[in-house]
Formats: sequence, structure tokens, C-alpha cells
Amino acid sequence: MNNNKVIQVEGLTKMFGDFTAVNAITFEVEKGEIFGFLGANGAGKTTAMKMLIGISKPTSGEANVAGFDVFTHAEDIKKNIGYMSQKFALYDDLTVKENITFFGGIYGLSRKIIKEKSDVLIAELGLEKVANQLVGSLPLGWKQKLSFSVSLLHDPKIVFLDEPTGGVDPITRRQFWEMIYKASNQGTTVFVTTHYMDEAEYCDRVSIMVNGKIEALDTPKKLKKQFNAATMNDVFLKLARG
Amino acid sequence: MSITVSNISKSYKNVKALQNISFEVKPGELFGLIGPDGAGKTTLFRVLTTLLVANEGSATVAGFDVVEEYKNIRNSVGYMPGKFSLYQDLTVEENLNFFATIFGTTIEENYDLIKDIYVQIEPFKDRRAGKLSGGMKQKLALCCALIHKPKVLFLDEPTTGVDPVSRKEFWEMLKRLQQKDITILVSTPYMDEAALCDRIALIQDGKILEIDTPKAIVKHYPKQIYNVRATNMYQLIYSLKKYEHNHSVYPFGEVVHYTDSRTDFNPKDLKLYLESNDLNNVEIEKTVATIEDTFMELAK
Amino acid sequence: MKRFIGFIKKEFYHIFRDKRSLFILFGMPIAQILLFGFAITNEINNVDIAILDHSKDATTNEITNKIAASKYFSIKKIVTSEADITSVFKKGHVKAVLNFEKDFSKNLIKEHKATIQIITDATDPNTANTISNYVNAILQQYQKEQNKEIKIAYQIVPETRMVYNPELKSVYMFVPGVMTIILMLVSAMMTSISITREKELGTMEILLVSPLKPFQVIIGKVFPYIFLSIINAIVIVLLSIFIFKMPVQGSLFLLGLESVLFIISALALGILISTISETQQTAMMISLMGLMLPVILLSGFIFPISSMPVPLQLISNIIPAKWFIIIIKGIMLKGVGIQFIWKETLILVGMTVFCIALSVKKYKIRLE
Repeated sequence: MNNNKVIQVEGLTKMFGDFTAVNAITFEVEKGEIFGFLGANGAGKTTAMKMLIGISKPTSGEANVAGFDVFTHAEDIKKNIGYMSQKFALYDDLTVKENITFFGGIYGLSRKIIKEKSDVLIAELGLEKVANQLVGSLPLGWKQKLSFSVSLLHDPKIVFLDEPTGGVDPITRRQFWEMIYKASNQGTTVFVTTHYMDEAEYCDRVSIMVNGKIEALDTPKKLKKQFNAATMNDVFLKLARG
Repeated sequence: MSITVSNISKSYKNVKALQNISFEVKPGELFGLIGPDGAGKTTLFRVLTTLLVANEGSATVAGFDVVEEYKNIRNSVGYMPGKFSLYQDLTVEENLNFFATIFGTTIEENYDLIKDIYVQIEPFKDRRAGKLSGGMKQKLALCCALIHKPKVLFLDEPTTGVDPVSRKEFWEMLKRLQQKDITILVSTPYMDEAALCDRIALIQDGKILEIDTPKAIVKHYPKQIYNVRATNMYQLIYSLKKYEHNHSVYPFGEVVHYTDSRTDFNPKDLKLYLESNDLNNVEIEKTVATIEDTFMELAK
Repeated sequence: MKRFIGFIKKEFYHIFRDKRSLFILFGMPIAQILLFGFAITNEINNVDIAILDHSKDATTNEITNKIAASKYFSIKKIVTSEADITSVFKKGHVKAVLNFEKDFSKNLIKEHKATIQIITDATDPNTANTISNYVNAILQQYQKEQNKEIKIAYQIVPETRMVYNPELKSVYMFVPGVMTIILMLVSAMMTSISITREKELGTMEILLVSPLKPFQVIIGKVFPYIFLSIINAIVIVLLSIFIFKMPVQGSLFLLGLESVLFIISALALGILISTISETQQTAMMISLMGLMLPVILLSGFIFPISSMPVPLQLISNIIPAKWFIIIIKGIMLKGVGIQFIWKETLILVGMTVFCIALSVKKYKIRLE
């Protein structure tokens, strides 16, 4: 296996009874790449991602994530990836520090390392004043930035982001993307599933799923050219309307 | 005026959700409230739909005072809350029938108004609402909000969580409704939807940043924006932020939107600076401001 | 009116499409009444017992045969000494041992009195009680037969080595309690949950912004449950009459009226709970902790109020269920009319009016 490919998927398929949720998808993601995984609700994005993060067994095909096979080494995959979703991120009734300690503990980091990382993280995000406040009392944008940092706590090879910036104000959103660029620059692969097309514009490469299949896969620039569209939103509309 | 809002303020405990908000919406206008989550959009909708009473200020909807004459308002407005608020265990048709009945009307009576939208979900009329896709649910919710032929329609984030295709169709429907003399107040966190409204109010942290037509708003942008590209995005942002003359640096998809603090800015200087910082394939070109740029400039 | 009917129709759709609430509505009452009825029933069958007969004369023989012939007992062992009693109990072979005293017949004839000891395994107190009751009944019947033949009346004195608990005397005592619990559960909990569900779903917002008046919403939500609760009450009474052969001594009409009164008071409580809770979960917790527990513990259903500490006795007075249990026990078991229970009825009416007034006052026409 090529060391630069952190995700390799070939003919990956998931069936629920007669229904093919994910239909033989094939793609590769390189180390440090920001990969946008797009599709409408029900296109099969979530099902595909669940297989990649090792919580759902594929019906057929092959997939290798962070160097591990999804069929045989799902547990190893979980140790080597980070995950953040808009729906569940942090515990609102724990403080900033408690959340960091808790998630660090889940990934088996030692107390000393957690302490060190937690101090760095709080300083980087400028959260010193609120470190002992409940996460629930923080503005949404801060929570999301904190949540992203927490998902990187154990230095995962790949971080999976599920619709990370929906509803955030434009400035915070850019700060969030700057954090993503930074992680990617340091070699972490970022896998973003979303149906917000403007998020797609920020990715290095983008795949678009329609009815369980990947119908397009390229850089946003090339896709826009290919579909003769001004924005990724238009690309998507053209694809979906067939 | 269909809606008048003057000096409305509303606080919860120690959070100031709305601070001294004032604006007016003309009859038949499609007015957009544009702002992120937590900006106060939902609170404002609830004040206008008589669900909350403001601490200060006054407001009228369809000519009725929101506090004194709330009963009249409840008879004459349609409201689609942010969360999908229909009965998931009732079928499409049962939901619609129910809302028609509680407003003292029938589907047949106002079928003209909802026809365009309803035909799209009619094939699924015996399906439970909970089993519909996001776009379908939204269309059903709109039908339910329209079934009594309201004078004013309140739509709180109707397109949140809906895929681009359904979003586009939804805005097309709103445009058609506008032709039928319905005043529409719609809120959205998506800046790109702002351009589809007649007039918009940009709102953040309970305050209105600006009110105008989308075109006028972008014209007010005080600076020339440049698209800057380079091979390494992270290095590019980092270098631009270090550049002493920068006024604003925001990643914008594949490019960075850059404004300079000097009046006699020459892009060539910037290019040289970036190249001296080991950036390759640097491209700098003029671009026009978007509503998002304006929003960020105002919110800064 | 059309709006109102539309609303009620919708409520019924909700109820009939939600398997869980359907189960609570109809499964629970039946399951509970059967469970309580059979678990604490005095029906026993083929209980294994042992006999220790110190006399071995004609009378003890006859009694032993009579007991053996009944379908309730089967004689598993004949033991010969007191020492064996402990061992048969320990091995768990039998549930009871009948110990005839020495010279049973002789004593009976001479002193018109003889003693039989009923020793029961009290690890299962309910069965133990029932066994001793049944043995008593058989003995009494035997005496009646004998006394008819022999002119001089004599007496067999059973000695039970267990404290007799009169509250457990009959399954009938449980029917009023179970009925109260079920009506409380269905009326208060289900309404409070169904109202808070609308809040949680966000549909309450739409209903508030509609021309429906608040009382229409409330009555619309409550009406189906009045209807279902009445059906439940009828089912319970029918089950008690036909399965447990429990006679209803008093007027069925009065029983019905009092039940409706109690249902309304429970519904008012349910509405009250829904005005103070934002989620279904809170509504459920408050209903369970605030209503069900007091009904079970403090209403006199299981634990007699008279034996409670004074503060608890005082608290029990504010529990509507306490009064309702007194009322229906009176009607069902004693067959009394309104002249004996008007005081309790009045208290219940007062409580209902208070709860309705309070919930109307607390009901919000807005979100806060």
C-alpha cells in the first residue's frame, strides 16, 4: 500500500435488504488532503462514512483507512481517527477543561499529556478565561472550534467532520477553516461530509454522491469548469437534476 | 406597512437577545433576516407572531399590535417555525386537513394558493410526515402555513438542513407566492440566499447591522477586495495575516479575500511579499464584494 | 365546533398510532388487575402439606381425609414427631404442617374442645395466610356437619402460628387501589405527556399562533383521555366482576359518577404538570414521582393510613387518590350510598376545581 494514501476505497457497497445505500464507490484520499464528501440527504454519505470509521460493516468491496482494513481491523481504525459532528460535539454540562480531560482519557492519553495538551489548546483558542466554565454557556462558534481541537487531541491520522460549520457566523466560520488548513498543513487528513455547498469550495478535492454512487470527483476548480458552473452549488444542482 | 418594528428589545435572564431593533416591511415584500445562529432571528419571529412579549418597544403585524391585538394576528398570519413542526405520526393529507380545520377552512377553499407546492407532495399524501425527506417536509410545512391564506407569512430558517436542490425550489416557490400578495418575512443563516430577497436586514448578536436591498448593501462595501491564490492555503493565510498593511484576510473557498489598509495599494507589492515568503503560483485579482464580505466587515 | 372535532380526531390518530401509549392505555390496566388479582389471590391449588397426628383416632382421620379430598391441598408427608416438622420445612417439601394434639377425639367429646395447630411456612406470607384460611374453612365446615348430627356443640380450635393480616384477607381490597392507580396513570400521565410532546415537537408554537383558543387546545387534548379512562374504568370493573367474582354491592351509577369525578381531577393534575414541564421526560418524571408514588404509598392502598406516622397521615389528606379509594371501597365493598360518602366526594370536587383553576391560570397563551 502506498504510504501517502490514508484512505483507499474500492467498490465499497452497503445493502440494506434490497436497497443499495452505497453502490460500489471507489476513491482515494491522500495524507494531509482536505477531502469534501458531498451529497444530498439520503444520498448515502452517512452510510459510507460509518463504514469508513469502522462502525458499520460493508456488504462488499474493500476499504483501507489509516492503514487498517475496515473488515478486520475496525478497532484500530477508531484509535487512529478523530470525529466531530455538528449534532454531537461536547458535553454542555462539563467545563471546557473537563471535556478535554474526558475525551483525552477516552483515547488513552496519560494524565500528564492531557494536562500539557489542554494548556496549549486553551491558550491557542484564547479560552483561558472560560476554561472552568460549562461548555453550554459558550457561544456556538467557540464550541465548534473547541470541539474540532478536541477531536485532534490524540493526533489522529484522519479527522472526520460531519457538517461542521452549519449556522455559524461568517467570521467564526473562517477561523474554523483556518484551523482546518493548519491541521492539514501539519499532515492530518481532513474528511468533511456536508450538504452545504459553500463548505465544498474550501476543500482540496470534492466527491459528490447521488443515489449511492459517486458521480463526480475532482478539485472544486476543475468541477466548476467541467460543469460550466460559477459555484459548487451550481455544480451540485446540475448533477442532481441530471 | 405589513410589519412595523420599532425599538424592540428582549432579554432572557442576562442574555440580550434583541437590542433596539427597528424596521418596516412593505406589503407584498419578500424581506430577509440574515444572520448566524444565535443572532436573535427566532426571538424576533416569536415576538412578531405573538409568542413572546418584548421587554421594550412595539410592533405591528398586518396593522395589529402584537401585544394588544394578538388574537387578530393569530387569525391572519402563517408561521413556519425553525424546527420541523408537524405531526410526524399523521400522514401528509391528515396534517394538512388538521391545520385547515383549526383555521376554520378546508383544503379545497384555498387550494389555488397551495396548488403549485402541493402537487409535488400529493403523490405521497398517504405517507406519514415523519417518513418524508427533508425537502418534502419543508414543502408540507409551507402548505400547512399557507392553508388559511395568511396576509403575512413568517418563515424561520426554512432552508436549514435542506439540500441545494430543495433550497432552490423553495426560493422559487416563495417568489411565486409573493405574486399572490403575501408579505413574506424569511430568516436564513445562508448569506447566498440574501440576494433572492427584495430587502434584507443583516443581524448579529441581537443587533441589526444594516438594512437595504442586497445590491445596495454590497455597494456600501468600503474597500476594494482582492482574490489571492497560492499553492499552500495555510501558508498564504498565515503570511497575509502577518503582512503589516492588511485590513482583512478571510478564506473564501479556494481563494482568500484580501483588503489593504492603504489607499494607494499596489497588488504587485503584495505579490512580491508573498513570493518572498516561499509561496508559489501567487495570483492576485480584483473582485467584487459579496453580502458575506459586507456582513463580516460590519460585524468586525 | 368543527375545529374542536378536528382537533379531537387528530388526538385519536396520535393515540392509536403510538404502540407505546396504546399499551399503557389498554395493556397496563388489564395486566395490572390480573397481576394484582392473581398474585395476591386466595385461590390456592394442590398445596403440599404434611400431617403430624398425635392421636390417630376417628376424628383426626376424618379431618385428614377431608383435607386430602379438597382440591386445595395434597398430603405429601406424614411425620411422626415435632422434630420432623423443622426438617420437612427446611427441605421445602411442604408449605404447611397440621399438628393434631394428643387425644383429639377424646378432648372433643369430653371438653367439647380440641386443638389443631396450623404451622405455615411464612417465607411467603400471602400463601401462608391463605393456607391457614382454607384449613380454617375446611375445619369449620366439618364442625357444621358434625354439629348437625351431634346435639352437643363442640369446637375445634385452630391455632395459627402466624400473625393474621386482615388487609390481605381478600383480593377485593385490591381492586379499588388498582383502579385508582390506573385511572391516575392514564389520565394524569398520558395527558401531561401528550401536551408536552407538542411543546417538544414545536407544534405547540403553531397551535398558539392559530386562532384556536387555549381552552380549546386543552379540552381537545384532554377529551380523548376522559373517554379512554372511562372505558378503562369499565374494563376494570368488568374484570373484577367476572374474573374475580367480586360483587359490586353499591350503585353502579354512583360508582360511574365518582369515577368520572376522579378522572377529571387526575386530568386537571396532568394539565398542571404539563404547564410546568418543557419535555416529555420531565412530565413523566413528575407524574411518576409526584403522583404515582404517593398514590401507591400514601393513599392507604397498600399501607394502612392509620398506622403511618402523623406527618404522613396529614400529607395523605391532600392526595385525591386517598379520598377516591375511600369512596369506591364504600361503594364496591360496603354498598353504601352517597349519604355516607358525600364528605369525601365534596373534598374531591374541591380538589378538582382547585386544580382546574390553577392550571387555567398557569396556562400560557405565549411561550413564556
